[in-house]
Amino acid sequence: MKLAVKDAMRCVGCQSCMFACSRRSGNAGLSNTCIGIKSAGGISRGYTVIVCRSCENPPCANVCPTGALVPKEGGGVRLISSKCIGCGLCKDACIIDAVFWNEQDDKPVICVQCGYCVEYCPYEVLELIKDKKGVSHDGE
Amino acid sequence: MMENDTLSKVLYIDLTKKKSFVKDRKDLFEKYLGGTGVATELLLEECPEGIDAFAPESPIIFAVGPLTGAFPLASKTCAMFKSPHTGDLGESHAGGRSAIAIRMAGYGAIVIKGKSELPIYLSISNGKVLFKNATTLWGMKDGSIAARVMRQTEGGEGLRAIFRIGLAGENMSTFANVTTETYRHFGRLGLGAIFGSKMLKGLVISGKQMIEVTNKKAYRAMYDKIYNMATESPLMKKYHDVGTAINIKSLNSARALPVKNLQMSSTDSIEPVTGEEIAKHHLARRVACAHCPVACIHLAYLREPYDDDPYFYKTTPVCYDFELIYSLGTMVGITEPKALLKLIDIVEQVGVDAMSMGVVLAWITEMLEKNKITKEDINNINISWGDAEGYIKLVKYISKPTTDFLKACSRGVSYASSVYGGKEFAMQFGKNEMPGYHTGPAGYLGFLIGARHSHLDNGGYSVDQKDLVKVDLSPEQVVDKLLDEEAIRQILSSIAVCFFARGIYGLDLVSESIKLLGFNYDEKQLHEIGKQIHLNKYKFKMREGFRLEKLEIPERIYETVDPTGKITKEFINRGLQYAENLIN
Ligand code: SF4
Ligand code: SF4
Repeated sequence: MKLAVKDAMRCVGCQSCMFACSRRSGNAGLSNTCIGIKSAGGISRGYTVIVCRSCENPPCANVCPTGALVPKEGGGVRLISSKCIGCGLCKDACIIDAVFWNEQDDKPVICVQCGYCVEYCPYEVLELIKDKKGVSHDGE
Repeated sequence: MMENDTLSKVLYIDLTKKKSFVKDRKDLFEKYLGGTGVATELLLEECPEGIDAFAPESPIIFAVGPLTGAFPLASKTCAMFKSPHTGDLGESHAGGRSAIAIRMAGYGAIVIKGKSELPIYLSISNGKVLFKNATTLWGMKDGSIAARVMRQTEGGEGLRAIFRIGLAGENMSTFANVTTETYRHFGRLGLGAIFGSKMLKGLVISGKQMIEVTNKKAYRAMYDKIYNMATESPLMKKYHDVGTAINIKSLNSARALPVKNLQMSSTDSIEPVTGEEIAKHHLARRVACAHCPVACIHLAYLREPYDDDPYFYKTTPVCYDFELIYSLGTMVGITEPKALLKLIDIVEQVGVDAMSMGVVLAWITEMLEKNKITKEDINNINISWGDAEGYIKLVKYISKPTTDFLKACSRGVSYASSVYGGKEFAMQFGKNEMPGYHTGPAGYLGFLIGARHSHLDNGGYSVDQKDLVKVDLSPEQVVDKLLDEEAIRQILSSIAVCFFARGIYGLDLVSESIKLLGFNYDEKQLHEIGKQIHLNKYKFKMREGFRLEKLEIPERIYETVDPTGKITKEFINRGLQYAENLIN
């Protein structure tokens, strides 16, 4: 399965999705969120919804010097936290800013395409869709 | 509270020395939870007795609560200061991203004191406070431009709050506001003027920290419970759909809506500015405060052609709600939506409290009609009920006053009428201009005895609508109800949830939810804390010279028909007398 933005125009900027993603850890706050909502140049213009597109040939994994980001079958990457040295190259390599950063751990946080955020979007902005191969990637 | 929670960290900023430090104030947060409760204590500590509100030592305090960043609808920041408008307690609440940003930056409260010699704005993130030169932003006629510059210069996109003042704040109009996220405001009682007096144009704050929770399972379950109530319960539907503007129609037909400075309490031409009609023809987008799924903020698009080029349009997003339709609409006789939106837009640009401005405009119109002032007093412009163009000019003049009369008006109707007369129709209560509820005596008693003279202090208007229209209550019974409600609301603003969510956050739910963040108080204890916070506020008010017996009440309220037919001098005076004995 793969997280996708169904209709960003419906986004009200409530950040429920961001809090949901971070809450997967069982804690409150935003440190762990792998989804980003920001205004598209002022609130009146609506919001940009940033989600990992699970690229097939992921630029983030390609630049990782330690092999901490492992490309997954069907797209996207998996983070092996113990290998990550926190250099931030992956963050710079993702031109849509979908590699988020946990400031406390000083390591990236990568979307696992679990769809938890989808359940908390009150306006159906997000959806979980079957990718090409119908592979499930939520094995984290 | 939880061991590792940064809620108790208070950031102290000195604008004179350009220095800051952080102090742990578990003592205050454990006793008063956060928000209003903690901010009141900080105000009593930090504000020297009898000080000029514009003196450098006069503090600005922001506080959030334990639920901020943990549960939905905990989206409010409480600001406290000595009000330059009333001379006593200044308190206003705003949403936007303000609360989440303060908490996620690792603080529970911020105290700002001192005065900068040049205009500055503050940039707060990653444990650092930077003092940025705002000289270039000072004096801009539209406050949103200054915000745009800060947005483009600073980091933390999507995670930050941007506070700023407009021209009125710079010129220290005592009802100038502080705007956050373009459409939310620390509106009432003049926080913007205090920013201006300190040469503080604004601040940007951001962060994305974690709030550690021990009982993770219970936390997620409680989250789901509150989230489901927020998204599914009928309690939030009104805010969700048409928004607070839905009340315009019903208050108008109940004869409770101030029209033309409350010379009337309803109008036949209301239809085009009812919430339903504005939504149908002008609503363009709905947005939410951070961590609130309700999205009650309604934005209309105002499309205006340029005179000199028919194929050139200006499209302006304008936020509207009940209070704006009342204060800048019916109160000044405007019932044409485009005219209303234009007037709202200019009020946003200069950065003043919309309710105060509407009441000031209405009072001036009547002063002119009654020949108590001349056109020279208002820079020789023409104004009349319903004429937005005249009022747009007047708003600009009041925000940058040139005549003595306009200067007096920039301090509100209480002050202006003390100099120029017209007190009988200067619609202020406790020196704060009235909100749009001419619902009955409970509403007015509520404004008068409420600690910040706001309709939201104790919801007196709802006692009128739910009780007094049907049954008789004595003034004493009404005051008891109001004080009880105000105590409960102190808890809501201390855990810092939005008052619109008061139907969800009963004290039982509050007790359960704060427990997950390490606060063990049952309902009864919370009620007691609420009462104490309310008394602490009164302690500050009395210290600064507030006395219930000194309150001035405009005669107008007794003359205009209301839904209860019970607004009499006797009722109000008996209520005040009783409240005075209780509070003293
Ligand atoms: S799909 Fe899961 S990991 Fe990805 S953004 Fe949503 S909640 Fe976070
Ligand atoms: S939960 Fe939905 S509406 Fe809210 S910010 Fe996320 S995508 Fe937008």
